[in-house]
Amino acid sequence: MSEQIVIHPYLRLSGLEPLVVRPETNFINIGERTNVTGSKKFARLIRENKFEEALSVARQQVENGAQILDVNMDDAMLDGVAAMTTFLNLLQAEPDIAKIPIMIDSSKFAIIEAGLKCVQGKCIVNSISLKEGEAKFIEQAIVCKSFGAAIVVMAFDEVGQADTLQRKVDICKRAYEILTQKVNYPPQDIIFDPNIFAIATGIEEHNNYAVDFIEATRQIKQQLPLAKVSGGVSNVSFSFRGNDVVREAIHAVFLYHAIRAGMDMGIVNAGQLAVYDEIEPTLRQLCEDVVLNRNNDHNQATEALIAYAETVKTKEKTVVKDEAWRNATVEERLKHALINGITDYIEVDTEEARLKYAQPLDVIEGPLMDGMNVVGDLFGAGKMFLPQVVKSARVMKKSVAILTPYIEAEKEVRKQAHLAAGTINQEAAGAAKILLATVKGDVHDIGKNIVGVVLGCNGYEVIDLGVMVPTDKILDTAIKENVDIIGLSGLITPSLDEMVHVAKEMKRRNMQQPLLIGGATTSRIHTAVKIAPEYPNGVVHVLDASRSVTVAGSLLSNDQKKGFLDQTANEYAQLRENFLNKKPVKQYISYHDALLNKTNINWQNYKPVKPQFIGNKVFDDYPLTELRTYIDWKPFFIAWEMHGNFPDILTDSIVGAEATKLYNDANALLDKIINEKWLVAKGTIGFYRAASQNDTLLVQHNEKTYHLECLRQQIKKAANQPNLSLADFVKPAENIDTADDYMGAFAVAIHGIEPHIRKFEVQHDDYNKIMLQALADRLAEAFAECLHARVRKEFWGYAPDEQFSNAELIHEQYQGIRPAPGYPACPDHTEKYKLFELLNATETTGIQLTESLAMYPGAAVCGWYFAHPQSQYFGVGKIQRDQLEDYAQRKNWSLDEAEKWLSPVLE
Amino acid sequence: MTSIKDCLQERILIIDGAMGTMIQRHHLKEEDYRGERFKNWPVEVKGNNDLLCLTQPDIIKNIHRQYLEAGADIIETNTFSSTAIAMADYKMEALAYELNVAAAKCARAVADEYTAKNPNKPRFVAGAIGPLNKTLSLSPDVNNPGYRAVTFDEVMQAYYEQVKGLVDGGVDVLLIETIFDTLNAKAAIFAIKKYFRDVQKPELPIMISGTITDASGRTLSGQTLEAFYTSIMHAQPLSVGLNCALGAAEMRSHIEELSQMAETYTSAYPNAGLPNAMGEYDEQPHQTAHFIEEWAKQGYVNIVGGCCGTTPDHIKHIAEHVKNIKPRPLPVVEKQFI
Repeated sequence: MSEQIVIHPYLRLSGLEPLVVRPETNFINIGERTNVTGSKKFARLIRENKFEEALSVARQQVENGAQILDVNMDDAMLDGVAAMTTFLNLLQAEPDIAKIPIMIDSSKFAIIEAGLKCVQGKCIVNSISLKEGEAKFIEQAIVCKSFGAAIVVMAFDEVGQADTLQRKVDICKRAYEILTQKVNYPPQDIIFDPNIFAIATGIEEHNNYAVDFIEATRQIKQQLPLAKVSGGVSNVSFSFRGNDVVREAIHAVFLYHAIRAGMDMGIVNAGQLAVYDEIEPTLRQLCEDVVLNRNNDHNQATEALIAYAETVKTKEKTVVKDEAWRNATVEERLKHALINGITDYIEVDTEEARLKYAQPLDVIEGPLMDGMNVVGDLFGAGKMFLPQVVKSARVMKKSVAILTPYIEAEKEVRKQAHLAAGTINQEAAGAAKILLATVKGDVHDIGKNIVGVVLGCNGYEVIDLGVMVPTDKILDTAIKENVDIIGLSGLITPSLDEMVHVAKEMKRRNMQQPLLIGGATTSRIHTAVKIAPEYPNGVVHVLDASRSVTVAGSLLSNDQKKGFLDQTANEYAQLRENFLNKKPVKQYISYHDALLNKTNINWQNYKPVKPQFIGNKVFDDYPLTELRTYIDWKPFFIAWEMHGNFPDILTDSIVGAEATKLYNDANALLDKIINEKWLVAKGTIGFYRAASQNDTLLVQHNEKTYHLECLRQQIKKAANQPNLSLADFVKPAENIDTADDYMGAFAVAIHGIEPHIRKFEVQHDDYNKIMLQALADRLAEAFAECLHARVRKEFWGYAPDEQFSNAELIHEQYQGIRPAPGYPACPDHTEKYKLFELLNATETTGIQLTESLAMYPGAAVCGWYFAHPQSQYFGVGKIQRDQLEDYAQRKNWSLDEAEKWLSPVLE
Repeated sequence: MTSIKDCLQERILIIDGAMGTMIQRHHLKEEDYRGERFKNWPVEVKGNNDLLCLTQPDIIKNIHRQYLEAGADIIETNTFSSTAIAMADYKMEALAYELNVAAAKCARAVADEYTAKNPNKPRFVAGAIGPLNKTLSLSPDVNNPGYRAVTFDEVMQAYYEQVKGLVDGGVDVLLIETIFDTLNAKAAIFAIKKYFRDVQKPELPIMISGTITDASGRTLSGQTLEAFYTSIMHAQPLSVGLNCALGAAEMRSHIEELSQMAETYTSAYPNAGLPNAMGEYDEQPHQTAHFIEEWAKQGYVNIVGGCCGTTPDHIKHIAEHVKNIKPRPLPVVEKQFI
């Protein structure tokens, strides 16, 4: 149970954020520059309707430390109600200003009321008084109370403004009693202004004004519980106007004493407060005399200060506002302006960027979108809130508005070019349609969905075909719906090839739409090198959702499209050229030399372990509960676009909560899968007598000798580093009959996913659908991991004493490897045929090989087992022509066939 | 009769759950909304749930009954949008007063029915005052941030009329709820104070419930929770609290914060979790109740219930889970510095 809470009677104010005035709170600065009677600049800006600039005066006050902002529109030349309303409404849209409370300052109550109707926070009204009698005073106080405002009560009554100590205190007492007893005003919300008048005017009656104020403050604070004292500080030094050094010194000295007497707050120029201790001592002493009216019987102190003032040259004061960001690059400045919603410099900065960049559009796509991305991130992380984002959008719009005429002018140039050349420059008809799809083989669509939303928000009609969409369906739909743009997304690497395929098909079908490429594994360089050359009518890589809008905009503008595509094509051509030029940096050695540099294994001292059985072993329905413990969760989270190590990710400060939820959901579904027997794990392993001869592995099974062909690294290695081939890991022999080493093979699959996927689809439950797919993949991998462990310890038994945790297994710390055909160590997918034949895998595990050597069901893994302690995972890398020819001969392939199947490892 | 203040001293009071969710279950059609009286109304009125107090009062009363049956101490009138400003969408500005009277009477009748059944558990009617579809602190035009679609006086007058209708219809308390723009709420407070001054009747208690909209922990109009509370405390409300936008899990830290600063009773009626991808609320009654029970044990709350997506079943679970837990004690409010 909670302990008793005590609420103290503090003065509490608020803008977007609270301001609590506690007894121990230091003096509160009320910014005075947004006052048309006190600031000529501000008055001029308001009169000229330059409200945006007027806001920058307010912002400057906040940046200089004002904790409350005084706003005053009392000017005979102004419609005060309208000016107050307009300014405060605008100010509400500036979160960095609106965060502090507002003091609505006017001698006209109508203007005060107008101000109160514009501000959501708890304001201070400045001011009401007994000037027009008690009835009026009460009436106005009730209105202020209905708005929940605190009030400044001026020491003013029916007789006039209080100019002596006694009258100051008497009037304040009277007002306090009326307010607390008749209006029931909370006493902590009452702030007295006992009038600060100018001193050192030469008129002797004025000399004690500061002392009177200070003493009145002391008595008010003592006699009127919870009431506060405020005042307009600048008044006190009015006779020294024009001499800021002396004025600031007087202010500092005056405040020093008034604050000690209990003054809570004051209206000051927040940018120009001198520090008492840092005032030049002579000046300070003179100010002390004047403020405290010492040694001043015949204006001596005043005259001494005047004399001193003559000697002080008003030093140029630098603006203290933090303008350091103005020194940064134009990109950084634009970003800063967007994030902080500052429009003050947007015109100059935009212009500078426009001159810096090749095209005005680049400014939008580059620095502006970069800034908006940061805004989006901060908003998503709860570090910015809606009004700030709206403000950022406004800065963006302003900048875009500046650029638009230039973009239009470029359009016009192109239009004229079209006219001159007689080419067609047709206008687009109707809302543009954009088709989005995650390509075949890929189930990831979070990024694609975001792009869809963003494009939708920008007025495009989005047709989203979902995930795992075959090329034909994408292109048929595109034609049927007559879409304007096709956007492809993918997360996993095979998607890259699928995108190339889509591009080729688009060319074959003679399609015209531009093709957009996006997703985590895609890149500008891959798009430029692999996809763009396959389709002539525009391929553009889109980095992220925010970019999609500008790209789509350019592509759908008949005026811009060609320029944009040409520019993109040129960029990509340049990228391709750079890419190809870089390649020869890698040096290769001849296949002959590579063969001589094989893994150095001392076979004389090696005694191969004989597996527990020779031949195959089938697992019909392997227990899923056991596989579950072998799951490597990291790729699971990556599948959901959450990057980080498991289990750390569950407690990550940013994604931890989501990751935990996902993990719990996954385990709940796993429970269901296991308890309700949704899935069946089938697998086969086999061990065979084997020998190596150069890059061929001889394997004996069922009286038959298989020749497995391996590829060898040909890149020039550092000294003593071998050019690896899988064949290195099996003991060489003249022929299979003299062989005394072994190797193995395995194939595993998770069956039964389809009916459940269909069920989830019917329920539009993408979440569980994707979850199930991801889990089936993980279970297949876990099955492979689990069998491999048992192979090492029992079935082959070459490491019977192995004790590894799942984490160590994931980090492959065990002896021996299980590389899969089609993966980096053995890139030739066609070796799967031999593996499947050895294992009789299709019959025993139900895995089908498609013509492109993909396995169905998708949740399947196969591979070879090697046991030698020096066997290791590696990538073959690129091979040279001599090895290709040798390999083709070994496989009994034509060179064309060899090139087709080995294209990934050819340059 | 026992007042709501008396009850609040004794126990945690239960406020009802979602009205919209319950109306949806009836799958009403355009003609059901129109009834006989609005047969020839020139615009579509389907979706104007507040209109049902006039055209289908039995449905509304039945929903109230289900919540009372589930254990609600306070039921809200079906008047979330019953202001001239919000009713303009249906060209029903002129009906605003009548809608409020009718809604208050529906709720009053059913609440009295249940109080009569069990006088030891008196039931109260809260006149619901919603946030409006137009807002005083935000410009609907990005290019013109100083623009406002409505004025303070217009908002205040619309609320004034609503308050008059609710009071005339017999509500016990006035509930300004789902506040996402504090200035709108201040206009409602202003209207309430002005109404009771004008008619020279004692003020009915005011309940105030704000809405924290997202991860920033602020209202839509940008205020922090403390700034919001500071801005409305002059209403001297019976209770202050939070509702809508968040589920209980997301609302917890805000309710905790509020419970530390509020001089008044505190209320909390969250949504049934966050909506799923289909916009539906999945959180089950026992789950919501579990969260709220913990708040109650921590001493954060005096009034609890549900908002969007909650049902009589949620309310029943909540009521059962908190029935033996002591309410949050009111803080000591100092009149002087001690």
